[in-house]
Amino acid sequence: MKKIAIKNLDLLYKEIASAQELYLPVKVAGATNFKKFEDGVDVDIKSLQTVKSAKDLFFPQSEDMMEFKTSGKNIEIKDARKQAVPFVLFGVRGCDFKSFEVLDKVFLAEPVDTMYKAKRDAVTVITLACNNPESSCFCKVFGVDASNPKGDIQATIANEEMFFEALTEKGSELLSKLTCLEDGDAKKVEDEKAEIVKKIDALPFVNLDLSDFKGENLMKLFDRPEWEELSKACLGCGTCTFVCPTCQCFDIRDFETNAGVKRFRCWDSCMYSDFTKMAAENPRKTQMQRYRQRFMHKLCYFPSNNDGEYGCVGCGRCVKKCPQSLNIVKVIKKIGGKIND
Amino acid sequence: MQRIESMMIEKAKALLSSGEVNRVLGWKKGELGFDVEPCVFTSEDSLKDFVYNAFCGANLSKYLVGETKKEGKILVFLKPCDSYSFNQLIKEHRINKDNVYTVGVECQGKVDNSKLKENGIEIVDGVVETVEEVTIKANGKDYAFKKDEIVLGKCSVCEKKLLSYDEVISINEKRTPSIDRFEMVKKLESMTADERYAFWKDQLSNCIRCNACRNVCPACTCTKCVFDNDNSGIASKANSDSFEEKMFHIIRAFHVAGRCTDCGECSRVCPQHIPLHLLNRKFISDINRLYGEYQAGEDTESKGPLTNFTKGDAEPSEVFGGNN
Amino acid sequence: MQEINNAKKPLIVAFCCNWCSYAGADLAGSSRLSYPAEVKIIRVPCSCRVNPMFVLKAFQRGADGVILCGCHPGDCHYTTGNYYTRRRMSLLFSMLDYLGIERERTRVEWVSAAEGAKFSAVMNDFASKVASLGENKRLEDLRCKE
Repeated sequence: MKKIAIKNLDLLYKEIASAQELYLPVKVAGATNFKKFEDGVDVDIKSLQTVKSAKDLFFPQSEDMMEFKTSGKNIEIKDARKQAVPFVLFGVRGCDFKSFEVLDKVFLAEPVDTMYKAKRDAVTVITLACNNPESSCFCKVFGVDASNPKGDIQATIANEEMFFEALTEKGSELLSKLTCLEDGDAKKVEDEKAEIVKKIDALPFVNLDLSDFKGENLMKLFDRPEWEELSKACLGCGTCTFVCPTCQCFDIRDFETNAGVKRFRCWDSCMYSDFTKMAAENPRKTQMQRYRQRFMHKLCYFPSNNDGEYGCVGCGRCVKKCPQSLNIVKVIKKIGGKIND
Repeated sequence: MQRIESMMIEKAKALLSSGEVNRVLGWKKGELGFDVEPCVFTSEDSLKDFVYNAFCGANLSKYLVGETKKEGKILVFLKPCDSYSFNQLIKEHRINKDNVYTVGVECQGKVDNSKLKENGIEIVDGVVETVEEVTIKANGKDYAFKKDEIVLGKCSVCEKKLLSYDEVISINEKRTPSIDRFEMVKKLESMTADERYAFWKDQLSNCIRCNACRNVCPACTCTKCVFDNDNSGIASKANSDSFEEKMFHIIRAFHVAGRCTDCGECSRVCPQHIPLHLLNRKFISDINRLYGEYQAGEDTESKGPLTNFTKGDAEPSEVFGGNN
Repeated sequence: MQEINNAKKPLIVAFCCNWCSYAGADLAGSSRLSYPAEVKIIRVPCSCRVNPMFVLKAFQRGADGVILCGCHPGDCHYTTGNYYTRRRMSLLFSMLDYLGIERERTRVEWVSAAEGAKFSAVMNDFASKVASLGENKRLEDLRCKE
């Protein structure tokens, strides 16, 4: 176990950044998101969560794939993918780390998504235990222990000090190189963790009942009349999808530059009306159907295709960010427990 | 405010049972006390979840675009700011006025949910309001706030009046704002171009193009937005270049220039807290300065400033506000 | 060497209304008055046809300055088109200025079919102002510059 005083964290950031790229929560114009560490940035580890989740580092909102250039009758195709360089991702919460496991099931299954894999292989993740979980958190429901997050290195703040413990080989390699750390004692961390567990158990959504959300109830869940009411206020914006750590749908689009065509992929949202638009027909015509799709995917389709693993990690971003306060908690409460009515 | 809520529920019940309306558009209580959501109530029984308190910031008027196309009349409760949006939608023939029964309700400013967490409030157990203060019950304690400390940006400068309705529910308690709504616009105008550029670069770089600002906006009611239209040449789902951040927000604000009632929903819903209303207010401030005071949504007849002109209008070279 | 020189010259997009300003440009040409070659004219039926998006797209595609030319107020071929242009562009340019984009990069001028000399003078003046600002960096799309 290693440690550093909170007031000296800047030394740690600088030391990591001198050897590898370092990404961590940075506040710009009042909003905290994962950004590259540079001198003078406003690092924010106080906020529980970034607005955009950490998936942005492996699966960026927009990412170039290839370029086409025509000269005469020939088309030249250029690989526009960026080379992944080793980097450290610091300050990932337990829920976000869990989301990497969910995304891995999608992007690392055959056929492997090489763009995702390259970045996933290049990362060393330092997770951070949540000293102050919020009322919107329900990660416990999905098997995440926010007091004891997984990762390559686990960090915990206790008594104005940050403690580090390596959990993987990659992690211990990085940790052993860092000279600004001193040896720490595990007792303080254990006490802090016990405190956090108590806080988590007192949160309002930790006892959500997921028992009805499984593959064999698919049609019953799909046909519930409550979807209409649940989705009534939905604006059809993409906020929930874009702040969600597990949403993984993307669109591939072309941009005509002055010299050719750039093909890139970018996040897409099943809340958008053109998400399922096809040449002849759009099978999801109403916002209710789109809304239902999003939650059915996370709570029913995804687990039935992935050995019961849910497509939600309980980070609570949708609870905090939906413009009209619709969210997955309301869905679970309203639809769950009614299947045999 | 508690009295008003029960008056509203009574009114809704009466209109539902008399058959005057078959649906009620209002606000429904949530799971944490502050996560109130807009809702269409269809029965007297369902009104048990009806709520009207300091957390009902959402503007309901845009829902009427779809709702008034349906069978039967709908009762809607409109706060002063919602009613300006409502009027503007009537003017633009987006709402079928025959299918809606409007009840204006008084408002003294709504709470900004993001300010709750800053003050250590996680779950709200209750709220008591007076004109200038709001007391939130949470964690077994009473948290008292001055309105200016806790209300949404749009509410801290609101001067909107109760306009014409079928009926009004009010106990005549009106808050007068202490802040000039153009204060921040003026501050930006007085900066140098470099400072302004740096300000907006930081702000807009946070944009995730979720379209919440557009979709919530009561003035944005195009059936097909130009940014969703593949044939427009500018359709995009992500800001792949910083240019697209600027283009989206300039065009979004320009398209509602002269029609924006300054309801402030765009800034309320932005997940990154980008002060989008400052773009809209810049247009409003320029319009007021160049073409005379104009408040969109104040009436249902007047011509908007961008569909109108006078022969003596200012030349584009003369219009720049501020010093730099 | 040739290429380097070209890269330094500012690109200017001039939206000219068909009835006055485009004819003004014609007159400038037939009167042998010069204006900079980097001014690219796009003919529009009326200055009022110019959507704010056109201006932004011109910048996106590499313009360093955008100028709109139309009939003098009162002389519009469609009676009132340019009155609307005047309001729209006033607001748009003021907004660009508000976002910190150099205000000398945008301009509206009224040029009649008889004002070949004015057309030439306006373009020369505008081009030199834009040139002194240098390349458009604040409203550029890097993808279009590769």
